[in-house]
Amino acid sequence: MANKPIVATASLAGCFGCHMSLLDIDERILDLIQLVEFDKSPITDIKNFERKCDIGIIEGGCCNSENVENLKLFRKNCNILVSLGECAIMGGLPAMRNGIPIQECLEEAYLNGVTVDVGDEPIIPNDEELPMILDRVYPCHEVVKIDYHIPGCAPNADLIWDFLTTLVTGKDLELKYETLKYD
Amino acid sequence: MSNEIQLTIDGKSIVAKLGQTIVEAARDNNVYIPTLCDFKNLTPAGTCRVCSVKVDGRVVVACGTRVASGMVVENESAEMTDTRKAIIEMLFVEGNHMCPTCEKSGNCELQAIAYHYRITAPRFPFLFPKKSLESVHPLLMLEHNRCIQCRRCVRGIRTKDGKGVFAFKNRSNNIELIMDKSRADDIDDELAAAAANICPVGAIIKKGVGFSTPIGERTFDKQQIGESYGK
Ligand code: SF4
Ligand code: SF4
Ligand code: FES
Repeated sequence: MANKPIVATASLAGCFGCHMSLLDIDERILDLIQLVEFDKSPITDIKNFERKCDIGIIEGGCCNSENVENLKLFRKNCNILVSLGECAIMGGLPAMRNGIPIQECLEEAYLNGVTVDVGDEPIIPNDEELPMILDRVYPCHEVVKIDYHIPGCAPNADLIWDFLTTLVTGKDLELKYETLKYD
Repeated sequence: MSNEIQLTIDGKSIVAKLGQTIVEAARDNNVYIPTLCDFKNLTPAGTCRVCSVKVDGRVVVACGTRVASGMVVENESAEMTDTRKAIIEMLFVEGNHMCPTCEKSGNCELQAIAYHYRITAPRFPFLFPKKSLESVHPLLMLEHNRCIQCRRCVRGIRTKDGKGVFAFKNRSNNIELIMDKSRADDIDDELAAAAANICPVGAIIKKGVGFSTPIGERTFDKQQIGESYGK
């Protein structure tokens, strides 16, 4: 079938749970690939945007400079951008560090934490290859314009299915009570 | 006979008793008006504004306004629905509501009203205020990140000899719930449970309970708040 909507997905500061939930639509995934074509995504392992996509699905918020770059790249290359899950919508668990000074977080994680191996000389990772960590975790819609938000941790598979199928068929989405949850 | 009056809510004519609040009259007539700080048998506090309705062109709180004969109440108009959604969204961004980590999730009234309105994300920026989690008693924790300052605990929780247990210190953005530690000995298991239960959100947590009800069986997993109002 020609001209199927093209979908790209990314996991920023997330745990891949939202992507797992997308796969949780089970055998409906076969119906889904009749409806859409997947492009850049951890699911296809396509790494770069070679063409404009119709729908970009973002899991996770922005906790470092690479997340921000990636998110902006998605905004540029996708007509519709969707925040999928609590982390994309409000930072989620990673945002529990918001309010704690970044220096304190890094020292706790790499120098003073109980699980730090004291045998080595502990350091805060500083390789220039590493993305810069941000002062706090940012919800995606505070970095770029987001068109739709699909809550849940992870979002209910039926909610993802209902959302995607109504979006590509141009129908109005009726949010069902049982599928719209924040946990 | 004379103590019965007639008013309308969203064009529907209802009969109420003189002296009732709009919320009480609506409840008796199977009309749902969302409330958070209002609680049975407590004097209305009017702190949350979630029950805002329009009466004769003015926005008032339905929990703190008495019915009057011929009153015209606007409850579910597009404007009032949007106002309430905005209030709920404000409550979310003004605290740190990480529902996936919250013991109250599924039983939380703030979350339930957000579900009722199918809110997917707040329109306001998250403030991520710096708040703490405090162990105040062998049986209780105060999770300040989630307190919506409804004062249900302040008004409703009393020791056996009638003394208050909770109060607020500071004002405005710095307002914070405190527990009177001199009453610690008077807080038994039953009162601790009552405190956790009267809190509409997960701000008063009873230790050792945690996530006791499985997902799917919690109060608002399947049943919408206000659904029992027969709409
Ligand atoms: S108190 Fe309610 S809204 Fe806040 S985190 Fe807990 S479940 Fe979510
Ligand atoms: S602790 Fe709970 S009951 Fe008390 S004021 Fe805060 S939200 Fe309301
Ligand atoms: S319920 Fe009326 S102001 Fe809170």
